[in-house]
Amino acid sequence: MSEKTYPIKKVSIICAKGTIEDVYAALVMGNGAVMEGIECNLFFTFFGLEAIMKKRMDKLHTGVIGNPAMRLPGGARMPSLLGIIPGMEAMVSSMMKKGVDKLDVPPVSEFIELFVAGGGNLYACKLAADMFKVKKEDLSEHVKGIITVGEFYEKAGGEGSHIIFT
Amino acid sequence: MTQKTYAGVTVDVNEEGYFTNPSQWTKEIAAAIAKEEGLELNDKHYKILEYLRTRFNSGEQLSIRGINKSGIVDVKEFYQLFPGAPLKKSTKIAGIPKPTSCV
Repeated sequence: MSEKTYPIKKVSIICAKGTIEDVYAALVMGNGAVMEGIECNLFFTFFGLEAIMKKRMDKLHTGVIGNPAMRLPGGARMPSLLGIIPGMEAMVSSMMKKGVDKLDVPPVSEFIELFVAGGGNLYACKLAADMFKVKKEDLSEHVKGIITVGEFYEKAGGEGSHIIFT
Repeated sequence: MTQKTYAGVTVDVNEEGYFTNPSQWTKEIAAAIAKEEGLELNDKHYKILEYLRTRFNSGEQLSIRGINKSGIVDVKEFYQLFPGAPLKKSTKIAGIPKPTSCV
């Protein structure tokens, strides 16, 4: 007797934050989906828009204040106060980028290209774009459209489909 | 250990059908596995399979990014040549273990 399986056929992933780790989480999940033959929509909203803006996508940072999991290179917890030192955020961000590069994880722009080449779809949120005055021409040419939440749900539907908010 | 017969040759595979002994692989076997996956192999497919095996044999981690930089095929074409789950499918046909990378 074989158990019935319910494979995932489509995932729609929402990325609302623009830090290195939030954007990579969404991209790894999205690219991983297309590599498995799962249809994928990536929807960027609020600060997540940075990840699909031509001039900003490869210049993302990691926040160093208010992150209790942040560690110093030796493994000790990083005191929150250190985060206010000028240049600390840039230094940590550069270390993060080197870290992902070592694992052969591409920069955001290249990652987006791999995702799209695999058949993945990229969308920007209309509300956030209006609020931050982001225009179509500011976005990567791979972005299929600036869409409303209603349109997002229409695209997200179907049998075996899931929505993930990262 | 499971065994399967492709093109008249018995080979060792794991429960997912990936080769546990990549040296048992031949081009004829590849064609037979591909057929099982619904694919007819052409020259480009074989070039990719060879690339994957060379990389595997030199101990490298296989990734979709590596494929894109291989100079043999770009990612878009790779997805077209091995539709569905390209890296999983191509490594299976290439007679090497399933890649463990997340990218």
